[in-house]
Amino acid sequence: MSNAALFQTLLRLGDNTLVLGHRVSEWCGKAPVLEEDIALANTALDLIGQTQMWLGYAAEIENEGRSADDLAMLRDVWDFRNILMVERPNLDFGHTMMRQFLFDAYHRTLLTALKDSTNPRIAEIAAKAVKEATYHFERSAETVIALGDGTPESHEFMQNGLNLLWPFTGEMFECDAIDAEMAAAGVIPDPISLRDTWIALVSDTLTEATLAIPQDDFAHKGGRTGRQHTEHLGHLLTQMQWLQRAYPGANW
Amino acid sequence: MYAQMIQSTGKGVKTLDEMDPQERAFQERINAGGKIEPKDWMPDGYRKNLIRQIGQHAHSEVVGQLPEGNWITRAPTLERKAILLAKVQDEAGHGLYLYCAAETLGITRDEMYEALHEGRMKYSSIFNYPTLTWADMGAVGWLVDGAAIMNQVPLQRTSYGPYARAMVRICKEESFHQRQGFDIMMKMVNGTAAQKKMAQDALNRMWFPSLMMFGPSDEDSVHSVQSMAWKIKMNGNDELRQKFVDQTVPQAEYLGLTIPDETIKWNEEKGGYDFAQPDWTEFFDVLRGNGPCNQERLQTRKSAWEDGAWVREGMLAHAAKKRATRLAAE
Ligand SMILES: [Fe+2]
Ligand SMILES: [Fe+2]
Ligand SMILES: [Fe+2]
Repeated sequence: MSNAALFQTLLRLGDNTLVLGHRVSEWCGKAPVLEEDIALANTALDLIGQTQMWLGYAAEIENEGRSADDLAMLRDVWDFRNILMVERPNLDFGHTMMRQFLFDAYHRTLLTALKDSTNPRIAEIAAKAVKEATYHFERSAETVIALGDGTPESHEFMQNGLNLLWPFTGEMFECDAIDAEMAAAGVIPDPISLRDTWIALVSDTLTEATLAIPQDDFAHKGGRTGRQHTEHLGHLLTQMQWLQRAYPGANW
Repeated sequence: MYAQMIQSTGKGVKTLDEMDPQERAFQERINAGGKIEPKDWMPDGYRKNLIRQIGQHAHSEVVGQLPEGNWITRAPTLERKAILLAKVQDEAGHGLYLYCAAETLGITRDEMYEALHEGRMKYSSIFNYPTLTWADMGAVGWLVDGAAIMNQVPLQRTSYGPYARAMVRICKEESFHQRQGFDIMMKMVNGTAAQKKMAQDALNRMWFPSLMMFGPSDEDSVHSVQSMAWKIKMNGNDELRQKFVDQTVPQAEYLGLTIPDETIKWNEEKGGYDFAQPDWTEFFDVLRGNGPCNQERLQTRKSAWEDGAWVREGMLAHAAKKRATRLAAE
């Protein structure tokens, strides 16, 4: 097992939580109800906490003197390894919660498997994070059900969100050479093996939410490999990294 | 404070002898340090004043998310981002406790929001000032939460039970808020020249607005006297402001920052600092809606409320459907 592959794998984990945590935090003070303000801030906080663990470990593995903060604040777009779905703009609350739900179902499934990783550090981080991911999943699933099966208007918001996001879900189960190497060593599960559990979780909820799963299987890709992100990531980084870029070397 | 310029509805303060037996019993209970609970009889003015005060306090917590939310996405490190998220989450929670406390007085949260959006209810003037640099996150925690603590600690002993209990929960979290702010300031003043400049600039802009949080002098105000008699206001505005200045001046010295008031001087006789009053014309301008951020803050809240209408309606509709299914099954 090469350190380079392990490093990439950790970036994939940490960049997902970093970028999604950033997106969720954009809701601060603007949610439809106060309880959602609290819940969204809490979700963002959990995701940033997980980022610190994943990127902290990634920095150790890289062993080039970079810290988790350096990785978060000083890499450019092409070095990010998050899936495209998490960098999509929030749009409306329905789109945000649908994205959260589709991600939580994946995240919970992935972290559950990672608890048994042959890499003890990964197993340890996953064991902590899976508790949060499970809670996030229960919450976002509940919201998807309530709004899908609410009023005709809320149903339409949720169906639109699902339709927009569906083509971005396929990337979660894509397997490249890095994944294959890591899976062979028992460090991560083969991404493809997560798909059935995910589909079952997602279908149950979406059915209860009276939402129709899009039939087109087309998948946008390029985030996990870094080959081609969306235009949105650059703008997100412009904001997130601004202080570190404008005042290099300062301590905060 | 978070509840500034609350006009009491009473005409003047009655003596015990002028009160009817019910009101007299109510006042005597308060005088003896007892708590008034939601089901107890209370004078109309007491109820109305409390609704305004607690409601304004709740709105301040909620609107107060915005100036700090302005920097969550730009926090310089993961650790700072996490701390700021935790703090802002607390503030939203404070809003929730306070709306619940106000609701025990016979008003709904939605009615309070409506009053806020229509300008009939206010929030603290401080949140109408902009947060322009990262140092402002330090200054807000250090000064704004610091000033809030001054007011909120004594309110834990306020006469209205649900309000007092909300304050107990809130005060537990506020000291963390102030500490994280001071900690940011420490980092800034020990940092680069640019960081020190940011820290001083933040103090320059935030100092007088922080003093305004306590409201104008209320020494001769009938409203204050009534609120104090009801123990929904525990201290005079000048008294709290003095305490705040006395606490903050040594902290600024420790940070090596200069408070933007040349007249600040220790006064041995009174055992406190002499200091300049803020510009009260500016304060009343801000209250009238002319602060640098009034329009944006209120518009952000209104848009959040309007854009979220379909969400609230959807959730209610779903809850009603579930109730109907449960009833049919029984
Ligand atoms: Fe506060
Ligand atoms: Fe608060
Ligand atoms: Fe606070």
